[in-house]
Amino acid sequence: MEVTAELKRDMFWHMLLSRRLDERAWVLHRQGKIAFHISGIGQEAAQVGAAFALRRGEDWVTPYYRDLALMLCLGYTPRDFVLSLMGKREEPNSGGRQMPSHWSLRSANAVSHSAPVATQAPHAAGIGLAIKMRKEDKVVLTTIGEGSTSQGEWYEAVNWAAIHALPVIFLVENNQYAISVPTDKQMAVKSAADKACGLGLDGRMVDGTDVFAVYAVMSEVVAKARSGGGPSLIEARMYRITPHSSDDDDRSYRTREEVEENKKRDPILVARTQLLESGVLSARELEEMESRAKAMVDDAVAYAEKAPYPAVEEAAYPVYVEEVRRA
Amino acid sequence: MPEMTLIDAVRMAMDEEMARDPNVFIVGEDVGVRGGVFRATVGLFDKYGPERVIDSPLAELSIVGVGIGAALYGMRPICEIQFADFIYPAFNQIVSEAAKMCYRSNGDWTVPMVIRAPYGGGIGGGLYHSQSVEAFFTHVPGLKVVIPSNPYDAKGLLKSAVRDPNPVMFFEPKKGYRLIRGEVPEGEYTVPIGPAQVTRAGADVSVFAYGMMHHYTLQAAEKLAAEGVDVEVVDLRTLYPVDRETILASVRKTGKALIVHEDNLTGGYGAEIAATIAEHAFQDLDAPVRRLAGPDVPGVPFSHPLQDWFMPNPDKIAAALRELAAF
Repeated sequence: MEVTAELKRDMFWHMLLSRRLDERAWVLHRQGKIAFHISGIGQEAAQVGAAFALRRGEDWVTPYYRDLALMLCLGYTPRDFVLSLMGKREEPNSGGRQMPSHWSLRSANAVSHSAPVATQAPHAAGIGLAIKMRKEDKVVLTTIGEGSTSQGEWYEAVNWAAIHALPVIFLVENNQYAISVPTDKQMAVKSAADKACGLGLDGRMVDGTDVFAVYAVMSEVVAKARSGGGPSLIEARMYRITPHSSDDDDRSYRTREEVEENKKRDPILVARTQLLESGVLSARELEEMESRAKAMVDDAVAYAEKAPYPAVEEAAYPVYVEEVRRA
Repeated sequence: MPEMTLIDAVRMAMDEEMARDPNVFIVGEDVGVRGGVFRATVGLFDKYGPERVIDSPLAELSIVGVGIGAALYGMRPICEIQFADFIYPAFNQIVSEAAKMCYRSNGDWTVPMVIRAPYGGGIGGGLYHSQSVEAFFTHVPGLKVVIPSNPYDAKGLLKSAVRDPNPVMFFEPKKGYRLIRGEVPEGEYTVPIGPAQVTRAGADVSVFAYGMMHHYTLQAAEKLAAEGVDVEVVDLRTLYPVDRETILASVRKTGKALIVHEDNLTGGYGAEIAATIAEHAFQDLDAPVRRLAGPDVPGVPFSHPLQDWFMPNPDKIAAALRELAAF
């Protein structure tokens, strides 16, 4: 599959923007400006590769909480993210009701999700079912961590999609840890993709640190789903470079040496090296991207700091659709 | 007007709604070729086909979870849980997802769906085919909880539930499926979700009941009438959000209140009604509020004499009414 230089630069740009934004969230937390952050650092390649394989804004996505880079590809902005970090009224997930990184972007068909893991997987199957019932050619991408594939909800969702040949892509972002619990305590198989053979769909593994590899695999399975070929299960393997969240201390369950070793496969580093060496990106262009990202992140923080909180009375609604108010 | 059974009215409501709106579909265990274990969907598979009357895998959480996904896409699923006793695997999807979707997305995402489930004892079903589960769901803002007591309301309320933009729990008194008959007009009508109904006007004692217990209460009220006690019967119909005005108006008139349900007593739905009366109509009471409910054992036992010990019935209701009237 031909991937143009422009497309490669665009993918890298979204990875880079996500990384710089994510890093700033950690800083804001250390500064005491936000209460909580849950990071996607290390997972940008899988998310961007997957997003770019979609018809963004037309296809549907039921994401999970580490998907900052995925959401940025779908039209979520740095301002949106920092607004949500600060619980500001204007944030698009929930108007300040949900914790940060509990995504929702109605305009991009990115569905609101919750914190109990794997709950989004049956929704993807249901959306796939609706697409099939209406004979449309859209697909659904649903993402999940490898630990959450232990949930019955996930198996039931994959089973449904396989039985009815629904246009759903189950992307497992295997970052090797569910908070402190490693993959070998989550599953006896070597890869979450191996679970596919027990459920009757195609399962494939891809290097989740290589955005272009993910994009290539995802493009294939998306095309297959779109043409009525049914669902696929993809495991993208990478490493969670940060602690689970701002409330976690990963020194209690993994060594610094292990983390440092895995940083050699940091997806930003991998893509940057690839692009610079192949001449797709020049050092000057990279520098420009970095300053553009920094400016956008600076702007987002400045904007969100000034933005208002929700009015207290907004906490009371909308419990029911009849109470929905539009600003 | 033709007379029919409660379950015929349920079927008629679904049939009419499916004919009216192509987005309405049914999903559940054995709802297709078999027409449901209680025969609620008989004929609908032949009429609307396997794409709109879907035999689900034997897994309740995904009946609801897939339904939610389809509802997010704009479909109008009617999810059948074969027995209310089997709803717990779906509890997470109902409580964490369906109920919270509108609030957590500030109205961007909504879940227009109905979850139908036969509930209640007295049919030899033992611990796991007899349960009353309403109290678990009347505690959850974002859900509506409806229980019809007669064929007319069953049809009218179910049609309203299908058209409601929110998730509606629709519990059907299975002992009354063929026992309770009544007149149901042909053609279009709905019964609004929300209002309770005074089904028998009286001056001496108010009884608040729903479902099968409402049916029994009317029989008990007849006995008491012969003894010179004038009983007012209120069919709550919608348990959540509840019609407080009708409840309080009745208590203000009679000064005495009995609440009847077959779910066990402690933390049961009657506690909420009793508290509402105590808070808002204390000055009007001539006697303590009474509750007649199933005993606090883990379930309805199977053996006939044990089941009879558990279940409220017209004689037990009449006895409670005599006591209250004499206070």
